[in-house]
Amino acid sequence: MVRLILQRLALLVPTLLGLSVLLFLWVRALPGGPATALLGERATPEAVERINSLYGFDKPLLEQYLTWIGQLLQGNFGTSTRTQVPVLEEFLDRFPATIELTLLALVFAVGIGIPLGYVAARHQGKALDHTTVVASLLGVTVPVFFLAFLLKFLFAVQLGWFPSAGRQSPSMVATHPTGFYVLDGLLTGEWDAAWDALLHLVLPAIALGSIPLAIIARITRASVIEVQSADYVRTARAKGLRPPRLRRRVVIRNAMLPVATTIGLQVGLLLSGAVLTETVFAFNGIGSFLAAAVFNLDYAVLQGFILFIAVVYALVNLAVDVSYGLIDPRMRVR
Amino acid sequence: MSTEPAAQAVVAATAPTGPGGRAGDEGASIWRVAARRLRRNPGAILGAVIVLAFVLVALLAPVIAPYGPQELPGRAEIRPTFIPGPSPEHLLGLDRYGGDLFSKLVWGARASLVIGVLSTMLGLLGGALVGLLAGAFGGWVDTATMRLVDLMLSVPSLLLAVSIAAVIGQSPTAVVIAIGVVQVPIFARLLRGTMLAQRGQDYVLAARSLGLSRRTVTMSHVLPNSLGPVIVQATLMLATAVIEAAALSFLGLGGGSPTTAEWGRMLTAAQNELEVAPRLAMWPGALIAITALGFTLFGEALREALDPKTRKR
Repeated sequence: MVRLILQRLALLVPTLLGLSVLLFLWVRALPGGPATALLGERATPEAVERINSLYGFDKPLLEQYLTWIGQLLQGNFGTSTRTQVPVLEEFLDRFPATIELTLLALVFAVGIGIPLGYVAARHQGKALDHTTVVASLLGVTVPVFFLAFLLKFLFAVQLGWFPSAGRQSPSMVATHPTGFYVLDGLLTGEWDAAWDALLHLVLPAIALGSIPLAIIARITRASVIEVQSADYVRTARAKGLRPPRLRRRVVIRNAMLPVATTIGLQVGLLLSGAVLTETVFAFNGIGSFLAAAVFNLDYAVLQGFILFIAVVYALVNLAVDVSYGLIDPRMRVR
Repeated sequence: MSTEPAAQAVVAATAPTGPGGRAGDEGASIWRVAARRLRRNPGAILGAVIVLAFVLVALLAPVIAPYGPQELPGRAEIRPTFIPGPSPEHLLGLDRYGGDLFSKLVWGARASLVIGVLSTMLGLLGGALVGLLAGAFGGWVDTATMRLVDLMLSVPSLLLAVSIAAVIGQSPTAVVIAIGVVQVPIFARLLRGTMLAQRGQDYVLAARSLGLSRRTVTMSHVLPNSLGPVIVQATLMLATAVIEAAALSFLGLGGGSPTTAEWGRMLTAAQNELEVAPRLAMWPGALIAITALGFTLFGEALREALDPKTRKR
């Protein structure tokens, strides 16, 4: 197991190196070069020259790249041109918000998706099954930001059950030792603050979790149907294994393998969706920050964000591979 | 021309089953069977109807829409706290700027179709080029291109599209390029995979042993046989492209003014009118979802129909 983890971590290095080269060239390939892009309409020849020498854009490409990589390795992702704050600092400020949001969305998606897919598979061909299939199809095709709209309109604007924007009510006085607002409230004993933060998370998390929910339900259903008719299940039944035990030990365990992979893949979707959901709900996470960076052509933020996401994405998929070993004993042998 | 009847006569004479039908079935059997199965699948029919309606509305936009995409016929009727709803002159009412909502939705269909088709074609062509390169040459070319493909797939697609569009600049062209480029690795990997699977098939061996060149075998035997999954993927990609185009426009990457007749853009504008006129958000949102549903339904049905594993029923 340890060897597997180390191997996969080693594989991550060339991927990130390759990605960094692409990102590096990406900004340099802009028409007019990065200085023009940074300055926009204020790009006079003198200003371009000043920026070029300030950021070292006039040096040879290889030298620029090595300098940049060197800085990255020291945790220096550059400075946001919009806020004049180091990129890393901006991220660390906002990442807890996005983690809270995506985690809750994932809990929502997994918590409903797996049971739903399983129940549908058990009642294959019946009304419940058909409903699940149609609903999961709809779940994939309704755009995240539109669903976010609908939820906000219905449950925040019309019914007033949930707050419509932000992470916590402005009137709430709370301390934030960790940056995870719900956790902060629990740690400091400020229960009302924790509850308030949780209420703010509900609608964005449902919107964000809808597509993963649909996909997980679909994969679970297909996987359970396949496993149910597998030879080893028939054998186990023939040997006299009682149905509840058979379902728990044989069917569910075997059916969960593709589901685990799918859950890992959803993390990318969640991080993309966060850009849209956070924008609709004015939720101050890295998603809405990235959306703002896009508007302002804040390249340092864009580059840093993408590298960051790629690392998170890769680590999550590694975790999924490791979880195989926990679900399936056959995988542990290698 | 003169040999054809003779050949048919031979086929008819040697075929164990009756003449006619069988000879025709041989050539296009996969597609013919698929078409028959599609006709029997209600999901496929619903999908096809939605797609067809969408394409017709997009093509006939100038005929269907009472007003042009930029026209603001009801500008005088707009008040800060009041946006007129449906009326005989304006079927679905007006928007914040005095545009006719129905007309803008119709023109929006055209915008979505153009962006969806162009970007998917771009992705398909790019992916075909890369995949063909890798699949046909093998060896280090294959390894290098596939590593690049993996690299592109290591970033979530919408984020990749957002960053590409951001760099190119805020315009519909940027949206097309961004969505197209994001599709390239997906098509490349798919095409390479299916071509590799085909390469080991008996018919390829037969064609090679008949002395056909590698290029001929690839272009006129392997490629046509690899097309099924690619067409399916392209149909499904159109759904994704419509949604992602709307998402990029929603984020402001499509450029243009807030009055632009584009579904994603209309949703962004509607965000501020949620309490005054929620229909401004409901209509474009629902249309994006329905269009994507149509392409998805049809694509999934096509996949099922072309899949030899599920064909024998």
